[in-house]
Amino acid sequence: MDPMTTPTTTPGPGAASDSLASRDKGFLLGLYERMFLIREFEEQVKYLFLAGSMPGTIHQCQGQEATAVGVCSALAPDDYVTSTHRPHGHALAKGLTPLEILIELFGKGAGCCKGKGGSMHVGNLAKGMPPAIAIVGGGLPLATGMALAFKMQKRPAVVACFFGEGATSEGAFHEAVNMGAIWDLPVVYACENNLYGASTHISKVMRAQSVAERCSGYRVPCRTVDGNDVVAVHDAAREAVAECRAGKGPVLLELLTYRMTGHSRRDPCHYQPKAERQAWAQRDPIETMSRRLLQRDDITAGELEQIRNRVSRQITADIETARREPEPTLADLTTDVYA
Amino acid sequence: MRMGIAEALRTAIAEEMRRDPNVFCIGEDIGVPGGWGGAFTVTLGLEKEFPDRMLDTPIAENGFFGVAAGAAMMGMRPIADVQYGDFLLCAMDQIHSNVSMLRYMSGGTVKLPMVMRAPVGATGRGAQHARNTERFFVGVPGIKVVAPSTAYDAKGLLKAAVRDDNPVMIFEHKLLYGSKGPRSESGAVDATSEIPAEDYVVPLGTAAVRRPGAHVTLLGWLLMAHFALDAARRLEAEGIDAEVIDVRSLSPFDYDTIGRSVAKTGRVVIAEEGPKTGGIAAELAAGIMERFGGSLQAPVERVASPDVPVPFAPVLENAYRPSPAAIAAAARRVAQS
Repeated sequence: MDPMTTPTTTPGPGAASDSLASRDKGFLLGLYERMFLIREFEEQVKYLFLAGSMPGTIHQCQGQEATAVGVCSALAPDDYVTSTHRPHGHALAKGLTPLEILIELFGKGAGCCKGKGGSMHVGNLAKGMPPAIAIVGGGLPLATGMALAFKMQKRPAVVACFFGEGATSEGAFHEAVNMGAIWDLPVVYACENNLYGASTHISKVMRAQSVAERCSGYRVPCRTVDGNDVVAVHDAAREAVAECRAGKGPVLLELLTYRMTGHSRRDPCHYQPKAERQAWAQRDPIETMSRRLLQRDDITAGELEQIRNRVSRQITADIETARREPEPTLADLTTDVYA
Repeated sequence: MRMGIAEALRTAIAEEMRRDPNVFCIGEDIGVPGGWGGAFTVTLGLEKEFPDRMLDTPIAENGFFGVAAGAAMMGMRPIADVQYGDFLLCAMDQIHSNVSMLRYMSGGTVKLPMVMRAPVGATGRGAQHARNTERFFVGVPGIKVVAPSTAYDAKGLLKAAVRDDNPVMIFEHKLLYGSKGPRSESGAVDATSEIPAEDYVVPLGTAAVRRPGAHVTLLGWLLMAHFALDAARRLEAEGIDAEVIDVRSLSPFDYDTIGRSVAKTGRVVIAEEGPKTGGIAAELAAGIMERFGGSLQAPVERVASPDVPVPFAPVLENAYRPSPAAIAAAARRVAQS
């Protein structure tokens, strides 16, 4: 698939990757549930922002659920991720609970960052995710350094470093990938290529035909993957993680996907052509997965509906819990600056 | 044993690396066999003892400061250095946006025990290898900043910095290193000390009274601590008894030590190498007035560089750098007002 052009035809359910018939049912349903969790979380949060009951700003990832879930499902609990200004999906995929993120988004003291991070900095180091880095490209050197520590400590851990295609114009991207390469570090550079850096199309800022091409000079394996196919992402990430664990890192995965919502709140996306939006809507990662799952004899529409209802109810309940959490105390303002 | 700052730092780094396997050095040209041991010989030869812990990087300051931060977050204790303090500005995003903030943003769960070393000072290289960049890191919550002016302090502060669980920046002055051979500096000032054989640290956050006095307090750090002492010797002949404080810790300031001196003298001169406007001396002066304004018997004076880039021509560079004579003149004005 050419990342520089929009899809003109709608790939059928089976066109993205091979049949799911041979895969474990529980595993597949787990991927589906996690993707739906992210979508539902983002949709309910979007409503809270538009209703004015949540402070700050948000950068959401509707449409990009398969990249987060596909990559994180290939990681072990002791592995790490680094994230970006659009971190909710990565956090949920890595195992942070909706509740700890919601409390953080409401700016309450019991949030995953004690209310000091907010939407753009959600993370929980104990769950393998440092605070998300909201400076574009800023997480790449950090992830590379985490991998350097693993190598020096002879720990088998791997770090998956999420960033957008926009970050590949930053010097930090090039400096980090080069160091990852010369030191053979266990990093999976997971580029979510959603075609737009804020409102600017990738074709305006990159002469190379793909991020993989742009990166190929570093002699790092660069693989372009359908980022809306969660199983394809999982398989590519699992292979990359195994290579990293075997000392053959780093690997760059270019995950082709699309942001089905604004860059940040209230962005109406007028820069995304309607036909392009419609074409990508046909490739919605959750809908696609649903169609493919239902081709199996042992998965029913009712089963998927049950999952969706359970997740929706849980998030709705979590929102009410988060709302009732106490604000941080003013004494918290000046703590946690120094160790 | 008598050592210069470069040798004292080298000894400190080696001892800390022996003590703790998580300590490592990362920077440009720091461990190349047959190379220089960094721009000023500080790490010369350490790669022989620690071949796996002297990481020579690409010329990518922002990248490798971020790499050091990531490694620190995962339990390593990196010592990252730049060849010239000016190059810290290339790494500004990682230092300001990641290193200083990650702990706070995480609600106190992230720890970044990392040391950042940088040589500063105007030394015959023109504008871009000359700035006293410590000013850009004072007033950055989350980072500690020290600036040793003697070999004893350099060793003790570096050891304290390595053992501290926070990011610590160490600014070193090119004219104080005592580097020998081809890396020696013209115009160098003797900053050698007797270094004890046993292990010691100089606590972060402390200033040092270098010369007790009763009439006026002279504050300086790095080269200006030496120039302030020189000025005090000139003033002594005139009957002005100056107390000289090596500020040494630029973040946080040791207001206890400074305050005791101000309470005694009531008069303050602050010497700073670097443009006067927006400098560290401005913050110190404001902090002193807020805290000890009632003790002041005269307005605080600053002696700093003019608001210009660092010039090349030796005659201009000498005019740029505050001189002992200028510090003494300010002290006379303050003492007599």
